Amino acid sequence: MSKATTPPLFEAALVRQAVVDAFVKLAPGKLVRKPVMFVTGVVATLVTLLYVRDLVAHRAGLLFTGQIAAWLWFTVLFANFAEAIAEGRGKAQADALRRTRSDTPAKLLLHPDDSKDDLWEPKHALELQVGDVVLVEAGDTIPADGEVIEGIASVNESAVTGESAPVIRESGGDRSAVTGGTVVLSDWIKVRVTAAAGSSFLDRMIALVEGAERQKTPNELALSILLSGMTLIFLIAVTTLWGFAGYSGTTLSLTVLVALLVTLIPTTIGGLLSAIGIAGMDRLIRFNVVATSGRAVEAAGDVDVLLLDKTGTITYGNRLATEFIPAPGATANDVAAAALLASLADETPEGRSIVALAKGTYAQAEPVGAAKALFVPFSAQTRISGIDVDGRSIRKGAVDAVLKLVGTTIADAPRIFREAVEGISRSGGTPLAVTEGGSLLGVIHLKDVVKPDIKERFAALRSMGIKTVMVTGDNPITAAAIASEAGVDDYIAEATPQDKLAYIKAEQAKGRLIAMCGDGTNDAPALAQADVGVAMQTGTQAAREAGNMVDLDSNPTKLIEVTQIGKQLLMTRGSLTTFSIANDVAKYFAIIPALFLVTYPELAALNVMHLGNPQSAILSAVVFNALIIIALVPLALKGIAYRSVGAAALLRRNLLIYGVGGLLVPFIGIKIIDMIVIALHLA
Amino acid sequence: MTLVGWLQIAAVLVAVLVAARPLGFYMARVVQGERTFLSPYLTRVERVFYNASGINPEKEQSWLAYTLAMLVFNGVGFLSLYALMRLQAFLPLNPQKFGGVAPDLAYNTAVSFVTNTNWQAYSGETTMSHLVQIAGLTVHNFLSAATGIALAIAMTRAFARSSVTTLGNFWVDMNRTTLYVLLPLSVLLALAFALSGVPQTLSASVDATTLEGIKQTISLGPVASQEAIKQLGTNGGGFFNANAAHPFENPNAWSNILSIWSMLLVSTALTFTFGRMVGDIRQGTVLLIAMWSLLIAAVGIAYWAETSGNPLLVQAGVNAAGGNMEGKEVRFGQAMTALYVAVTTGLSCGAVNAMHNSLTPLGGVVPLFLIQLGEILPGGTGSGLYGMLVMAIITVFIAGLMVGRTPEYLGKKIEAREMKLAMLAVLVLPLVILSFTAVSAVLPTALESLANSGPRGLTELLYAYSSAAGNNGSAFAGLNVNTPWFNTTLGITMMLGRFAYVIPVMAIAGSLAAKKKVPASPGTFPTRSPLFVSLLVGVILILGGLQYFPALALGPIVEHLLMNAGKTF
Repeated sequence: MSKATTPPLFEAALVRQAVVDAFVKLAPGKLVRKPVMFVTGVVATLVTLLYVRDLVAHRAGLLFTGQIAAWLWFTVLFANFAEAIAEGRGKAQADALRRTRSDTPAKLLLHPDDSKDDLWEPKHALELQVGDVVLVEAGDTIPADGEVIEGIASVNESAVTGESAPVIRESGGDRSAVTGGTVVLSDWIKVRVTAAAGSSFLDRMIALVEGAERQKTPNELALSILLSGMTLIFLIAVTTLWGFAGYSGTTLSLTVLVALLVTLIPTTIGGLLSAIGIAGMDRLIRFNVVATSGRAVEAAGDVDVLLLDKTGTITYGNRLATEFIPAPGATANDVAAAALLASLADETPEGRSIVALAKGTYAQAEPVGAAKALFVPFSAQTRISGIDVDGRSIRKGAVDAVLKLVGTTIADAPRIFREAVEGISRSGGTPLAVTEGGSLLGVIHLKDVVKPDIKERFAALRSMGIKTVMVTGDNPITAAAIASEAGVDDYIAEATPQDKLAYIKAEQAKGRLIAMCGDGTNDAPALAQADVGVAMQTGTQAAREAGNMVDLDSNPTKLIEVTQIGKQLLMTRGSLTTFSIANDVAKYFAIIPALFLVTYPELAALNVMHLGNPQSAILSAVVFNALIIIALVPLALKGIAYRSVGAAALLRRNLLIYGVGGLLVPFIGIKIIDMIVIALHLA
Repeated sequence: MTLVGWLQIAAVLVAVLVAARPLGFYMARVVQGERTFLSPYLTRVERVFYNASGINPEKEQSWLAYTLAMLVFNGVGFLSLYALMRLQAFLPLNPQKFGGVAPDLAYNTAVSFVTNTNWQAYSGETTMSHLVQIAGLTVHNFLSAATGIALAIAMTRAFARSSVTTLGNFWVDMNRTTLYVLLPLSVLLALAFALSGVPQTLSASVDATTLEGIKQTISLGPVASQEAIKQLGTNGGGFFNANAAHPFENPNAWSNILSIWSMLLVSTALTFTFGRMVGDIRQGTVLLIAMWSLLIAAVGIAYWAETSGNPLLVQAGVNAAGGNMEGKEVRFGQAMTALYVAVTTGLSCGAVNAMHNSLTPLGGVVPLFLIQLGEILPGGTGSGLYGMLVMAIITVFIAGLMVGRTPEYLGKKIEAREMKLAMLAVLVLPLVILSFTAVSAVLPTALESLANSGPRGLTELLYAYSSAAGNNGSAFAGLNVNTPWFNTTLGITMMLGRFAYVIPVMAIAGSLAAKKKVPASPGTFPTRSPLFVSLLVGVILILGGLQYFPALALGPIVEHLLMNAGKTF
């Protein structure tokens, strides 16, 4: 929860803006997107016209018609306000982003193919095309999203991440992507533009947080259909009531029929639906995760399988060398000395820990002459690194890779070596083999520390029906040991990007939804294949394009929270739908007896709330219907409480609160409003 | 209410359960083309049909082809039945020399029998020739029931299968359902009815001399055979106008119990078929429990309301001990009448063993509301199951989100397309019921048909359109429906209630069948728990109640209140 800031729900400035927006949103073109509210708007207009007619004709009942008309408009306005305030909270963030984008000057390179020719002409960022190459020097703002093709620079990305510590961006590898709007602090880079103005990462983020380009998500669409269908059903029920009333000798005014209709149609959820959706996105953004679509947030709630990188998520990630175990014919100090040499250029935490251990516990001196050495860097394919110095050729790396290098197998390796490797793996550590000149020297014991609370979190996920899969480059024995210590359900050992992709496809074929995170270009296919792919902001452009979410903090642990936010969004939607429908029961008991009391005084028996008089009953139901929208805005924005318990327990709990509560609350609410209405002589 | 009464009710229901479970599993084998004990005899018969019609039984159909086949089949059935009635004067087997049936009545009756409604705007014994009764009406009793079962099976396959485009073959499903299930069962049942004293003869009538010495002609005919399929296929169209209250249709307590048992049998069995076919019997049981708990509650209300009787009659000096016995047969008694009333309307059967118009106002709400809930408790043969599945889909959609996942039912995601179609389907009933009732309630031509004014008159109208839309076919009576207005509008109502409902439902089936089945996990919305049963019941009650509450309030509910207040109209 690094930077999950929670500003107050109702900031004065936001509220002021939202009130204005609530009126702007009355425009029919905007209202029609929300069918339930559109119907409410139409009938509100109708009742207003009736009021005007009665006013001109000096008819009786003006106070009643006027109040109904006013509260119908409030119903629409309250729904608009809910949406506006949700959007406003996003907009505040968008404005901050937009400031960084406005009209950045760019240095367009005229001869990008010639790396020696740095001739450039000034351009506006908005004029840049995809494929252009620009030069960005210290102090410049990067004008567009792009890929570093030359150079290295430290970049301040706080505009998008909120993190002020600079990051390194350089050509090639996994750190080549830069984002428009971020600032180069030192050195220079040449950037090939990958997104035209208006479609850059920042632009999309702004559009998303503003909700401007918001499209209904699939589930939201389906829910809107349900709500529209119910609106139609009630339209039929209310329209035909006119006929039944005619038969029974009662003339119903249009005003009371409209009042009945509006209280029955699901205005509560219909009014809050878009606010819930926007707030869900907003919660993600406050959590420093940007989803490229609302669909992705929904999918996050549905995820069945989480692919979690072991390093950084399950373990602290810094595996530390704790022991050197010699193979036959060598001493521990031999191993230490060789490992020290081989690790001199290894800037990874593991490498540094080997150096530290060798110099510390094993008292090895700083080697001399290493400057002339030839370092062999680690690569994902060879999984070996090392050094060639003074005719010595030292390699260290994954045990199977090293064994392959020396032309043997684990079965043929010396017994002591084999036992050491197996012992380390069983204990959850990582063995690194050290070899010199083709003979095995020994093993380095790297210890991988599992985070203390992770097992409980996985258990909680399991109770929610989410399977956790650990992805690691470790060998199967190591992986199994850590997997059991961390309590994951499955693991992929010695994982290559292809393995991840294959695993995702296999699970999807069984109908499961998969979430994963990744940062490298080679993660891109798997990120694209996964239903929820969270790319790290520090990752490559390819990874960010492939995923449907970007984590600005680049913290893979967040995958767990992202699924929770998705679930919370869906739960909020479902609970308020149930609440809204359950509400109708009480409204019938308020309005139906009131409508026909003149014809059938016996129907007073249905007036279980003992409402003061027919007009106050109808008015109170309409007022309650409008006020409940405003009352639920905080819940819609914050989302309902989330618990990591099974679906059955969640359902029982939410059904009790929002289902049974939805049945009871309006009985109480309408009664209270009725008492006020009667006391104030409003009806 | 008496303990003995409740014990009788319980005994009948247990007898249904005992028979329904094996029948359901047998039906699953039949429709899946597996061998059954009847296969040695019937496989050859089955093949004769395929060879004669050129249908390849191995070739499955998409939802659209399946639905079109069903529509064509029913269209042809409708036209031939219509022609048969219009031309009955020129055809054989017409001992009473009835003339051709009037166009509006023939249309209404043809629709009625094709849609499994068996709404009868006429008196069977004085209108229809034996040929029409046997070759027309009884044949359609089989075919409309088989159509319902076939559609329910197609819907079941949509949940049982994963990522497919086909739902089975309509012709094969019809053929197997009729041959392996309905025919053998109705032969057995007809025998049982005959044994209990129901006549089965081709002679038209017997003449009798009454005690007063007056000559009386009593109609007769092939009653037992029609009675069997009428109950089994939840058709409900009686041979006689008085239906199952007539002593020849339902002579004694034993035949009454047999009637109730056979009505409930197939619809109950289908929930087991469903469970077996989707690979989780409990999923079917949950639906059954939801259906039956509402049904039993309805029985209880009717039983209580009827035994409580009418306070106005008590004041008038009528012995209150038996409760409200108006319009009831003493040979059945209150408990078995209440059970019959609830079952026949919970089932879309529509056979009646008492005058529904003579029920107390609250007792009358029971059949009316059961029909309006969509005939799913447990509903017509087949139509009850697919109707219940639509309700389950809506329930899962409304409440499913509360577990934090997008809704899914039996591993199938419920998305916008399914929701659109489900709403289309559930819109049909309120649209036709409420619109036609409201129009009739203010239309002078329609009001002339009413026997009662006040709330009771409204109830009569509401009941007629509800019964037609729900394809129930029972009449509240008190309403002369054999008029061009009612014959036409009720005909339209029946047609829409059946086909306008089932087409979107089949489209849902097609869409679901194409989806991948998501494996269940602890995070999945639980649909095999008691909680789901109560949720399903709640949604059915609230949705149904919200649609019809205003109409019911102005009809039977206010009538009940008026009765208690001592007012008549």
